[in-house]
Amino acid sequence: MDSQVPLIEIRNLVKHFGSVIALSGVSLSVHRGEVMCLLGDNGAGKSTLIKTLAGVHRPTSGDFLVEGKPVSFASPRDALDAGIATVYQDLAMIPLMSVTRNFFMGREPVKGVWPFRRVDFDHCDEVTREEMHRIGIDVRDPHQAVGTLSGGERQCVAIARAVYFGAKVLILDEPTSALGVAQTSMVLKYIHQVRQKGLGVIFITHNVRHAYAVGDRFTVLNRGKTLGTYEKSGIQIDELQNLMAGGKELQAVSAELGGMV
Amino acid sequence: MVNTTQPTADLSPPPTVKQIQDERLRDVSLVTKIMRRPELGALAGLILVAIFFVSTADASMFTLAGIMNILSPAAQLGILAIAAALLMIGGEFDLSIGSMVAFTGLIFGAFLTLNSWPLLLAIAATFVVAALLGGLNGQIVIRSRLPSFIVTLAFLFILRGLSLVGLKWATGGSTQMRGIGDQAGEGIIRELFSGVAFEGVFAWLAANDLIGKFPNGTPTVTGVPVSIVWFVGFALLATWVLLRTRAGNWIFAAGGDPNAARNSGVPVDRVKTALFMLTAVAAALVAVLTVLDAGSTDARRGFQKEFEAIIAAVIGGCLLTGGYGSAIGAFFGAIIFGMVSIGLTYTRFDSDWFQVFLGAMLLLAVLFNNFIRRKVTGER
Repeated sequence: MDSQVPLIEIRNLVKHFGSVIALSGVSLSVHRGEVMCLLGDNGAGKSTLIKTLAGVHRPTSGDFLVEGKPVSFASPRDALDAGIATVYQDLAMIPLMSVTRNFFMGREPVKGVWPFRRVDFDHCDEVTREEMHRIGIDVRDPHQAVGTLSGGERQCVAIARAVYFGAKVLILDEPTSALGVAQTSMVLKYIHQVRQKGLGVIFITHNVRHAYAVGDRFTVLNRGKTLGTYEKSGIQIDELQNLMAGGKELQAVSAELGGMV
Repeated sequence: MVNTTQPTADLSPPPTVKQIQDERLRDVSLVTKIMRRPELGALAGLILVAIFFVSTADASMFTLAGIMNILSPAAQLGILAIAAALLMIGGEFDLSIGSMVAFTGLIFGAFLTLNSWPLLLAIAATFVVAALLGGLNGQIVIRSRLPSFIVTLAFLFILRGLSLVGLKWATGGSTQMRGIGDQAGEGIIRELFSGVAFEGVFAWLAANDLIGKFPNGTPTVTGVPVSIVWFVGFALLATWVLLRTRAGNWIFAAGGDPNAARNSGVPVDRVKTALFMLTAVAAALVAVLTVLDAGSTDARRGFQKEFEAIIAAVIGGCLLTGGYGSAIGAFFGAIIFGMVSIGLTYTRFDSDWFQVFLGAMLLLAVLFNNFIRRKVTGER
């Protein structure tokens, strides 16, 4: 397929909730092997945008194209089937369940004939161990509960799961916002790996440093509108920070605090 | 490995230290592996209780007849407890189980005596009604997003009240409905739900002097009560479903975190509704088994069984918050129940100590489960 056609493209996407205008004309595109960072402060419309892309909400108007074809998702399942996988910040894993059970949750491979149909756990364990090894997480025992993994490891398992099940586009909802430094670099490193595999990644964050570390392009969202999309070569980290915060106020505060924000 | 590194004195300390650490890790993981079994507490409890009775009770408690005596009430409770355990793992409660036993007992009796339906039809119809009521419970919980505790508490009273009113209406003022046993008739269906099983095996065992028999040659224990067979079969089936099938994974997921489960494509609402239906059908099964055994039904049938079932499930390792537990644990929990309630009559203790024991056991189990959960999830 033509690599020039974006995996996902939206043009002038509008979403109203009753009288509330959550999105008023958002445009964005993601290509193969690209990390597209979606930046925006609280209330900018990031969550609504993600949920629209993930099939939770339906856009009020605007174009939504997947690989050049217009789509209309009725449910998150439709989006998944189209290859768009969303990894939510806290809602990805179940701590009390084993790594294997989490990895295959909702998509368990079965063997045997009904009524003796059962989950092929040997295969599941093997795949889980392999995939974890690939991303450098040492899972001694795939039966250990996900709760025993660190926050970064959990995010990586969630991403690995989406990749394994054939996602073409990954939407990562603030995967690093609750993590420490070491954990964050682990997740960022893995995002980089995913990009090299040729997937498109939409990386949502409000941490400009994390975005700048892995992003190829940056789309800044403010008050339900896209302020613009910038190539990494065309923008500095400070400019990005200012754009995201809506400009001047932050510069003033930053100066007051000695440039530390 | 240690031997090969020992000759080089300079290099030996670091690898040795490393090895000791490795061994420690492995030790911990082995302990956690055992601790990770939710039914561990129930099994340990069962062993302790058995030791207590072996040392204090009359020796006749642990004869074949004594064991059947213990297992019969355990089986009735256990069928409810296993269903309650699955529902608890799925993240919900059903407090209406006990009343459901009374209500389904009544409609089963009514189908047989008032409608004069054949036994098979009456049993099937009773299960269908129970499934519908369970489904109603589930739908109300899911659609209203109210805690299942409250919704099913309402049904505890509604169904108990309906059982009383219905009984009086059906019998013309009595709270007991008699003559069900006679209406049920004899035959293969009846034998599936009442009496004893494996009579041939027991007769053969008695003939070969392997079990006790009367002077005339009939064994003192003629067979295994069918309720025990249902109990064991249900425990095995539930355990297999929970641990080996897709539905089992969905039950854990629905109880562990419904949102995460939904995001991964698990049909959480359908899983929960099915579990409510299963619990209600389990109550109907207990109703059919006990009503056929007694030949009559009354309004107090299943009284407070909902609490006992939940206690047995908790002793069996279920967390009140859902997402964790086991069916085989509930199986052991129910046997502990049977052993204590029947066992006390074999000792010199007042059998009213039963309730004290019950509460203490519950408290211990919950404390133990919480501790285990922290271990398993690394919660700090």
